[in-house]
Amino acid sequence: MNDTLANTEKKTAYILTLPAVFLVFAIILFPIFANVWISFKQVELKDIRIPEPRAKKIVKSISDEPSKIKILYKLRNSSLLQEIRDVSFRDKFPKNFEIEKLDPRCDFKKYTLKCDFGDWPAKYRENFQVVFETIDGSQIDKEKLKSKKPKLDGTSDNILLNTNFTLKNFKKVLFENEFLDLFLTTFYYTFFGTIGSIVFGILTAQMVNQKFYGRTFMRSVLLFPYVAPVVALAYTWELLLDPNSGTLNSLLLNYQIIETPINLLGQKYIQINILGFDFKLRLALTTVIMFEIWRYFPLAFLFILARLQAIPKELYEAADVDGASPFQKFFNITLPQITAVISILFMIRFIWNFNKFEDVFLLTGGASGTRTLPINVYQQGFAISDIGMGSAVSMVIVILLLMFMFFYFKLLGKRVDEN
Amino acid sequence: MRTKNTIIFSLISTFFLIFLVSIWKILATLQGLDIKSLNLEIIFIFGFLTSLAHLGINDKIKTIYKSIIFSLIFVFFDGYLMQKLPLWYNIGVFLILYFYTSKINKYNYESLKEEHSTQVILFDFLTLFGILFFSFVILFPFYMMLVTSFKTQIALLVNPLDFSINFGQDLKDLFKSYFVIFKSYKFGKYILTSTIVSVGTVIITLLFAIPAAYAVARLNFFGKTFLSTSILIIYMFPAIVLVIPLYTIFSQLGLRNSIEGLLIVYTATTLPVAIYMLQGYFKSIPKELEEAAILDKLSWFGIITKIIIPLSIPAISSVALYVFMIAWNEFLFSLMFLDNPNSFTLSRAIQYLSGDAETPRQYLMAGSVIVTLPVLFIFVYFEKYLVSGLTAGSVKG
Repeated sequence: MNDTLANTEKKTAYILTLPAVFLVFAIILFPIFANVWISFKQVELKDIRIPEPRAKKIVKSISDEPSKIKILYKLRNSSLLQEIRDVSFRDKFPKNFEIEKLDPRCDFKKYTLKCDFGDWPAKYRENFQVVFETIDGSQIDKEKLKSKKPKLDGTSDNILLNTNFTLKNFKKVLFENEFLDLFLTTFYYTFFGTIGSIVFGILTAQMVNQKFYGRTFMRSVLLFPYVAPVVALAYTWELLLDPNSGTLNSLLLNYQIIETPINLLGQKYIQINILGFDFKLRLALTTVIMFEIWRYFPLAFLFILARLQAIPKELYEAADVDGASPFQKFFNITLPQITAVISILFMIRFIWNFNKFEDVFLLTGGASGTRTLPINVYQQGFAISDIGMGSAVSMVIVILLLMFMFFYFKLLGKRVDEN
Repeated sequence: MRTKNTIIFSLISTFFLIFLVSIWKILATLQGLDIKSLNLEIIFIFGFLTSLAHLGINDKIKTIYKSIIFSLIFVFFDGYLMQKLPLWYNIGVFLILYFYTSKINKYNYESLKEEHSTQVILFDFLTLFGILFFSFVILFPFYMMLVTSFKTQIALLVNPLDFSINFGQDLKDLFKSYFVIFKSYKFGKYILTSTIVSVGTVIITLLFAIPAAYAVARLNFFGKTFLSTSILIIYMFPAIVLVIPLYTIFSQLGLRNSIEGLLIVYTATTLPVAIYMLQGYFKSIPKELEEAAILDKLSWFGIITKIIIPLSIPAISSVALYVFMIAWNEFLFSLMFLDNPNSFTLSRAIQYLSGDAETPRQYLMAGSVIVTLPVLFIFVYFEKYLVSGLTAGSVKG
């Protein structure tokens, strides 16, 4: 009895989870494998269209013989690159139709015209014509004839399915694609974006954890950048930072803080003089990082605030009795209590920032020194149309992330051991 | 010690005052006032003197009179320096000074003598500063987005600093950008597409996620732990890796440029989050209810529809709102899969609009307002549900 109950439970569980598991498998896991597969192939954007045999049907009446009709099929191979084999053709006709002359490749049976056209090379074109006559001499409905579409079938090689593999893509990614530059840009973007959003998260969480009027309102406002659509925010920032008529530059010019407008999103480097030393700051990258911090610190804020509110009040009361200063309380009580959250946040944000695409794409499109690896995936795959190369870049992203996670967990594990 | 504390207190409070007044001046400049300088030095000297005077006067004058006197002196000086500025500007300065003096009222010589007093002051003012700073930095872009959408091309070019809206004009002129994007750029259609895709994603996700979450939360089966850990791993997985394979597969299946294609991808990407959030909630429902139902010979379908769903309406609605927001905001996949303007979503349409350099920016901003408003409205209105869900790690970004 118990056994059958357990069995039905199992069965039910599988039925309940199957749809979700199937969908996730089809749309997430299968593409990941497909990506590995594609990254070892030489595939371009134009190769992924499957070649199709096509026929355009043109119906012409013959002027002095109303009972006859000419039908012209413009046949072609849609692909400019690949052949189609064993093209078959079928088209149905009304019952009172009789064919006048039969092409040797064809057969007319049961009011259906069936043809075997054999193999079509790439770019193949043919005008195929048949003439029909009605048995009873009745009028022919041209529109009805036109509306019936012929069916064509054929087999062709799918470039994605053959087993020609190559390491060329990876070679290109690592040696011909300014890999170091891409990697460093991505790393700066990820690292400083992550650190910045966590620092701002700590500051704001500490702030909202205080009691003041309008605190709940403040909490929602702080989350606005995180929940609003990235498209709207990116274009607003672009407008704000525009060198010609952007608000920020206009304000700075108005107060005579700067003399010429600064192109914050379009200038790769800016010379900065600190204490007599000249620094070259990557300006556009810095701006993009600022946007990233602005948009994602709310997540850090929320996580840290939730943790702060869970710290027992007794800890602070005891510190007060000992006469601890606010800074001592922050560094000796608050900070140790939130390190666990921070280390999780660091990992999550690092992974997500590392493969963040939209923000940079919308702000700069990857220009002026902001080309990160995800942007490169898009550029390789869709601008240069080299799908295999794009896949290889995205594989490199995954490998780098796995390496990061491996070392991060190792480091984390060590620190947990020490404590 | 006392002089050192006094100076530190005065300095901190002065910087706070400078910040307050500067923000007000920037906002006033953006209303079209001709302010060419922030006069930071003057504010600094005045603020410093005020703080010292405040400590000196202490309780000899009633707080309210003291605040009013300080404020009036500052307004007088500021008005003298700036000249010919409208009344509302000066009233604003007065209120800021009043606010400021009432804030520093908390402190006097006695409190400065206490232990760690400078740190306490620093913390207090940093909090105040942070509240204002973050409100300004966050709200300003949204404010700019809204105002720009109400402006005309000429007004934007002539004076980019003029953020004032002329409410005196005809409503038709005020909302001109909105009329234009609906009429010439078919935004009505895009809103419809976005709504269908988002609502569709919510419905399908819930249909798939509720049974799966129930199974993970309640039933025992082989592969359960594997399933629940892989949910989290999949959730972390980079979306950029899926783009190329999905593009190729969808191209070959003819699913690109179709709402169905987007629905499938959005559902698959939101499912892990939805299952994760829901199973957490389902676990908190007392088991006894279901045991009674099993005795009543209710099938699993009956248990889910008659017991689980009615009991978890709050959790289900918060998941629904989330999934809606994710689908509504989504950009990457809509960029990849849609290149026919007939099947654009709102985000994709705005990006397409911006690709044309000729497109006036007020149209772009009007589009941005349209895509942002529903999300912010949902967020503010249902904030309580959503925040608890956010900390459960639900919105990916």
